Amino acid sequence: MTIDSQQKTSKFRWGEMDEDDDLDFLLPPRQVIGPDENGVKTVIEYKFNDEGNKVKTTTRTRVRKLASARLNKRAMERRSWPKFGDAANEDTGSRLTMVSTEEILMERPRAPGTKADESKAAGDSLSQLGKGGAVLMVCRTCHKKGDHWTSKCPYKDLAVPADVFIDKPPTGEASTTSTAPGTGKAAYVPPSMRAGADRNATGSDMRRRNDENSVRVTNLSEDTREADLMELFHPFGAVTRVYVAIDQKTSMSRGFGFVNFVSREDAQRAINKLNGYGYDNLILRVEWATPRPT
Amino acid sequence: MRPILMKGHERPLTFLRYNRDGDLLFSCAKDHTPTLWYADNGERHGTYRGHNGAVWSCDVSRDSSRLITGSADQTAKIWEVKTGRQLFSFKFGSPARSVDFSVGDKLAVITTDPFMERTSAIHVKRIAEDPEDQIDDSVLILQNPDGKKRINRAVWGPLNETIVSGGEDAVIRVWDTETGKLIKESNEEEGHKKTITSLCKAADDSHFITGSLDKTAKLWDMRTLTLIKTYTTGVPVNAVAMSPLLNHVVLGGGQDASAVTTTDHRAGKFEAKFYDKILQEEIGGVKGHFGPINALAFNPDGKSFSSGGEDGYVRLHHFDSDYFNIKI
Repeated sequence: MTIDSQQKTSKFRWGEMDEDDDLDFLLPPRQVIGPDENGVKTVIEYKFNDEGNKVKTTTRTRVRKLASARLNKRAMERRSWPKFGDAANEDTGSRLTMVSTEEILMERPRAPGTKADESKAAGDSLSQLGKGGAVLMVCRTCHKKGDHWTSKCPYKDLAVPADVFIDKPPTGEASTTSTAPGTGKAAYVPPSMRAGADRNATGSDMRRRNDENSVRVTNLSEDTREADLMELFHPFGAVTRVYVAIDQKTSMSRGFGFVNFVSREDAQRAINKLNGYGYDNLILRVEWATPRPT
Repeated sequence: MRPILMKGHERPLTFLRYNRDGDLLFSCAKDHTPTLWYADNGERHGTYRGHNGAVWSCDVSRDSSRLITGSADQTAKIWEVKTGRQLFSFKFGSPARSVDFSVGDKLAVITTDPFMERTSAIHVKRIAEDPEDQIDDSVLILQNPDGKKRINRAVWGPLNETIVSGGEDAVIRVWDTETGKLIKESNEEEGHKKTITSLCKAADDSHFITGSLDKTAKLWDMRTLTLIKTYTTGVPVNAVAMSPLLNHVVLGGGQDASAVTTTDHRAGKFEAKFYDKILQEEIGGVKGHFGPINALAFNPDGKSFSSGGEDGYVRLHHFDSDYFNIKI
């Protein structure tokens, strides 16, 4: 904003304006950049706000091409038919047609690929210990393990409502609360204090557990996906989490990712083996994600 | 997906039908006015006023110019689709239940219910090109062996050579349209155990599916009437539809309308259930209705379907893209 432009606006009167006088002389023209190869379109607009200050508005939008709907000629013609019957003298506020406010999903009888996950989780006791969050995925409604969360349970509608919910551990091995001293209905025990919790993590920091045995992988090729990393790191031991950083704009891989292992030894072996390994014509760099205290 | 809710009827829906191009949707309900909707956005386009009773079914000609409706007021009426003008009214002595145009739209099959001392029958009417020349006479009348039982649906077979019917006696019958003789009927062990509520042809007329109150739907070969598949579901089936695009069938139903008020609506299972046509395995369910589903129809492009319920709503569902890559 310059003083010059401000003076102009303060002098400006609507009444004095000529018919063909345009306001554009006061403002830089509207600028449209793109859409670029990622489909990002930038629109820069200038306007005066109520106080007479010049405001620059930059709007960045993603442009996507929708599949064009095909209507045949006769269907197009039918579009222009006049309404008849009750619809002809229908008032506009009648709202006969509404779009559902509720998102209706096609509910699958079982989530795809669940059987495999279940057997894997059950077979490896080590992975159960280390997985933490994953094993706790026990549905409180149907007591099915590792299949879905309680909120996603297909039987949820038929379940007893929550107010008569009994605070009962779903199954013996998955529950950690029942064995801990002083835990009943009355007292809340934080997860870190419960029996079976990872004491080494020294409680407090929840994030730390996520960083445990985390391996950073860099110099990945653009089209590496999490499944590829899983395939690559799986042979070294149980993997709890695989993450590949994805660029939000381009939805391409940003070239790095993280892999969390259940055990430190597996992670170390993976680093030893895969650091400098050629993958997709690129040489991987694999290292500990956080500087180790030791 | 976010379904489009269409509340144009005050009474339970009975039938839904798309035109061939898939841009128009006709709905019939127990109130007396069949309604025309645009199939893409669900906008109401018109109503066909003139019936004086529940409208049980309808059919639209291939060029989307004529609509035929069958009603409990003992008439079947032909309408001009564009203007809603009534062109002709066939009068029967008993309620008209099911209507179906033949291939070529020159004939229509209309079933009538048993009423007073009249027995259930299947009438074949010739449809005149010019509504002025239309006459009320039946070309052919087929009598159900058990005249006390209602015929719920009768449709034309391939090349108009046969008529396939199903009804309260749970037997599927194939009739010769030339001679009026009964050619085939389903036997007891393969056939349905209870009332056949609905019958839907495949797009190519090679096979058809029937839904029944015995909680199953069955897929049949149209020519030989051999049982191909059986889909078992937990609730009585009121409506069936077949995807013209994928190997999916949809079953709609729910507990009997009279029992709805006695239970929680969640226990009623008022959902449209999708089954794999070949593996007979359930793919998924689409919920939303507050009462049993009475009518189902697939858009001829296979990318949307609509369901009509006892609750008086038509719900128009446009599938999400992930529907098309469902793997079992």
